[in-house]
Amino acid sequence: MKEGWEAVIGLEIHAQLNTESKIFCGCSTRFGDEPNANTCPVCLGLPGALPVLNRRAVELGARAALALGLRINEESIFARKNYFYPDLPKGYQISQYDRPFSEHGELEIVTATRDAAGHAREWRPMIIRITRMHLEEDAGKNVHEGLPETDRYSYVDLNRAGTPLAEIVTEPDFRTSWEAYDYVNHVRRALQWVGASEADMEKGNLRCEANVSVRRAGEEKFGTKVELKNLNSVRFMQKAIEYEIERHIELIESGGRVTQETRLWDDRANETRVMRSKEEAHDYRYFPEPDLPPLVVTAAFIEEVTAQMPELPEARRRRFMEEYGLSFDDASQFTAERGLADYYERAARAATNARAAANWIRSELLRELEASGRGAEESPVKAEELGALVRLIDEGKISGKQGKEVLVEMFASGKSAAVIVEEQGLAQVSDAGEIEGIVDEVIAASPKQLEQYRAGKETLFGFFVGQVMKASKGKANPKLVNEVLQERLRKS
Amino acid sequence: MPITESDIEKIAALAQLELTDEERRALTPQIASIVNYVEQLNELDTSAAEPALGGLTGEGARTDAAREDAPLPSLGQTLALDQAPDPAAGHFRVPKVL
Repeated sequence: MKEGWEAVIGLEIHAQLNTESKIFCGCSTRFGDEPNANTCPVCLGLPGALPVLNRRAVELGARAALALGLRINEESIFARKNYFYPDLPKGYQISQYDRPFSEHGELEIVTATRDAAGHAREWRPMIIRITRMHLEEDAGKNVHEGLPETDRYSYVDLNRAGTPLAEIVTEPDFRTSWEAYDYVNHVRRALQWVGASEADMEKGNLRCEANVSVRRAGEEKFGTKVELKNLNSVRFMQKAIEYEIERHIELIESGGRVTQETRLWDDRANETRVMRSKEEAHDYRYFPEPDLPPLVVTAAFIEEVTAQMPELPEARRRRFMEEYGLSFDDASQFTAERGLADYYERAARAATNARAAANWIRSELLRELEASGRGAEESPVKAEELGALVRLIDEGKISGKQGKEVLVEMFASGKSAAVIVEEQGLAQVSDAGEIEGIVDEVIAASPKQLEQYRAGKETLFGFFVGQVMKASKGKANPKLVNEVLQERLRKS
Repeated sequence: MPITESDIEKIAALAQLELTDEERRALTPQIASIVNYVEQLNELDTSAAEPALGGLTGEGARTDAAREDAPLPSLGQTLALDQAPDPAAGHFRVPKVL
């Protein structure tokens, strides 16, 4: 960002809660069915139809709130948000307004400064204040292309109408686009971690909007803000915010003013543009939804939900550092996804050497997984097998170098380390007597080199090591070879 | 709160309704009289009364009215669109909105 300027960014995230049926009716939330198939009088907004709350949506909402450190209100009120648009058949969206499901969260995330290429430089913790998280129903989908005469018509598919959403709103606490990026990724992973949402932006079950303004450094008053939409990936969001910050600064420095408006990110043109819409002041005229009773969440309910929740990523990261002696970076990386955290923990137990297991996962396994586009859960090398490999190395049965080859083979064939070592005759020779025999043979076969070595040409030590390894077909334990050679070569 | 013609205009705009001048003039006193009628409630002291949200009785408000997350049969596309004024290609078709 340009010197002397500061950006102020707030985010809204809509996450689809992972239920089978809609929030106020029994229609399926399945994606990809034929248009309007999953509809009923409730989600079509037919007269007289009444909403009934899906208990699971409340449970998942509670999970999400707890995972984000929010306080859940004992009583919250559903409210009607009134506006007219073809994707909203009732003429109002059932949402929450002045008494939302949960409020007042302080979420600790880690964020990094980035270089020009977007690579993380240095990570630091940061507190983001979450204003609120409320429950609401999604609207349907308007279709503007791919169907006949879209120059004259729009089409409406109401399969999505009534899908449960959690809307998560932050205070304007972000100062850079990367902080916003790290926050959205944190929320995405937290929601996936507790099973509240699939939180996949490409599938549209996580959507985000950003409010962006700039002010001169030291200024208290906020600048005019612009709302950004159509941010279809976390990276697009980051780019859109960055673009918008630059645009505002340039505009103000050249004597212009920022207009309060909604802008869309165009990822082909790499720019934001004004959303075409009728400029009307939004007046949603919220009022309490008379067809639904207040939502009461008891302490017993919260206890029940808490008991079903997995250990949260931050807690697990701290535990990995304490229990397994991992560095902050390793612990953070391994707790980025629940599948990987589970994998690491199982491997560490099987290996009985937690640090070594971490090294093998970080430097070898993750590379193989990435190359084959798989997550830890789908790894052809099971955690217990990786642990067993680490043990073989620890016990000196094979060398670390052989271990790497064995892992590649394990990955390709799905065979266990022990089987591969057996089949390929890799087992390292760690028997001192056997190695002494080989060393003696090598020395006897190289009288000239022996003489030179003893005359002071110590660089020949490598030659002897090479000969021994060659004679043992690479199986001799290198540490032992070193020790025996040192001893034998010194003798006169 | 006096209701003026500009209030009627705003409400009509929010509801995407087009009113003629004549309609607006006729509706203004009608809506004003409805609002005035309801405003009688403001004469009562309700400071001690709990708002009756989501039910006419306290019991109603406290009833656990949630359902299990089990999908039920839906109408299906044909039936869903059966009463639509202008269905096309499996969708509700409306004048272009973007």
